[in-house]
Amino acid sequence: MEKSIIFPIVFAFFIMNPVYAEDIPVVRQSELKHLLLHDCGSCHGMTLKGGLGPALTPSALSGKSVKYLFQVINDGRPNTPMPPWKNILSDTDIIWLVNLLKKGLNDEK
Amino acid sequence: MKSNSLASIVFLILISFSSLSNAQRGTGDLGVIIERATGSVQVVEHSTGTQLYKIEGLGDLSHASVVFSRDEKFAYVFGRDGGLTKLDILNGKIVKRIMQSGNSIGGAISQDGRLVAVSNYEPGGVKVFDADTLDLVADIPTKGANGVQSKVVGLVDAPGNKFVFSLYESDEIWIADLANTTEAKITKFINIGHQPYDALITPDGRYYIAGLFGEDGMALLDLWHPEKGIRHILDNYGRGDEKLPVYKMPHLEGWAVAGDYAFVPAVGHNDVIVIDRQTWKQIATIPVHGQPIFVMARPDGRYMWVNFAFPNNDTLQIIDTETQKIIKTLKPGKAVLHMEFTPRGEKVWASVRDEDQVHIYDTESFIKIKELPVEKPSGIFFTNRAHKIGL
Repeated sequence: MEKSIIFPIVFAFFIMNPVYAEDIPVVRQSELKHLLLHDCGSCHGMTLKGGLGPALTPSALSGKSVKYLFQVINDGRPNTPMPPWKNILSDTDIIWLVNLLKKGLNDEK
Repeated sequence: MKSNSLASIVFLILISFSSLSNAQRGTGDLGVIIERATGSVQVVEHSTGTQLYKIEGLGDLSHASVVFSRDEKFAYVFGRDGGLTKLDILNGKIVKRIMQSGNSIGGAISQDGRLVAVSNYEPGGVKVFDADTLDLVADIPTKGANGVQSKVVGLVDAPGNKFVFSLYESDEIWIADLANTTEAKITKFINIGHQPYDALITPDGRYYIAGLFGEDGMALLDLWHPEKGIRHILDNYGRGDEKLPVYKMPHLEGWAVAGDYAFVPAVGHNDVIVIDRQTWKQIATIPVHGQPIFVMARPDGRYMWVNFAFPNNDTLQIIDTETQKIIKTLKPGKAVLHMEFTPRGEKVWASVRDEDQVHIYDTESFIKIKELPVEKPSGIFFTNRAHKIGL
């Protein structure tokens, strides 16, 4: 409930400020990167080139908006194995992850 | 003269030592541990808990799995990136490595040991290779009746030199008969249930059971009577209950069979399901710590060991199969990914990914005997799998 009010505000903030590395603590950044590689990676592949779930490389995501990707991670995708992460990740976490994915883990395209 | 004879004695001693290390070692107590993040594996010996070799250069090993040649000398490692690597585990060397697809999920070795099959995600399909040379023997694209080129999951070997597998996007189960090794004879079963995500074959090789993600229940195929088609089992399971988010798909391989019962992980519930093997009906649920990933019986069937999905994956629980009660809860550390029992079950090895360790437990006392340093360990595979149907 609360989330639906906060989301547009947080979202608007981040969409206007597309540099996030310094916005969350370094410790949290490395936790999120670890989660991405190893836990998201259990379906999407550790190189994020896809598995049971689709590839999450910058080129695979190029046609998808930040807003859409936020919603996919936050709420999951119904009728697919993609679960909602909102109980585990904060809005800030998710936006940081979306931007990392868009940019590429090693800036690879 | 004197120094010459001394040299030849030294030489002879050296020869006998170097041949000792190989000639007098068997492979029946060896195994392979996947180091998922570094594209490397370790060859281990489980009689004493010794690390023998580290072999590098195997590509993306997230979700990698291993089968063994029937002489237990070679391991075939199926990488996520489509790599298929044949290892000589006696000498700790890569024998051959090929890239057979863009993205793969697992593999199996045939009954006669001559064929290795790989199930692929990208492009979907199954490729079959000569186990000696890794030359391509058969290519089986998996376009379902719905026209979709499907990802392949739940690939197992079955008696009669067959491979059985499921089509994730097409809701089908296929049997590929490779009795004639050069031409796969395919039998297809359609509408088996929505989104098969993994499968198992019973240790006798008779029943193939696919777990369904997209609906309640499982699809069962009796390989003694394929003409009877697919039977839905556990249809009522979970109906009316809201499922929890599933952060990791359960694995069905290595499921627990003990006496008249089979124990399988529930999807989206913190339960182990108890099935009557005669009727294939659910007779009980055992509430556990989290959503189970592996439910594995000790080889004698007395206890089963269960690990769990994120975010409850720091725990192992041990359940008495007779009373169906949890008798022990262990906290090995973050991300307990896999377990492997020694062939007769006196010990179990567990990979604890985020601790960079493999823990060895005594399965009677549940006491931890040893911790081995292994980088981001995932799957642990002992060579006795070579002689088991479906592993």
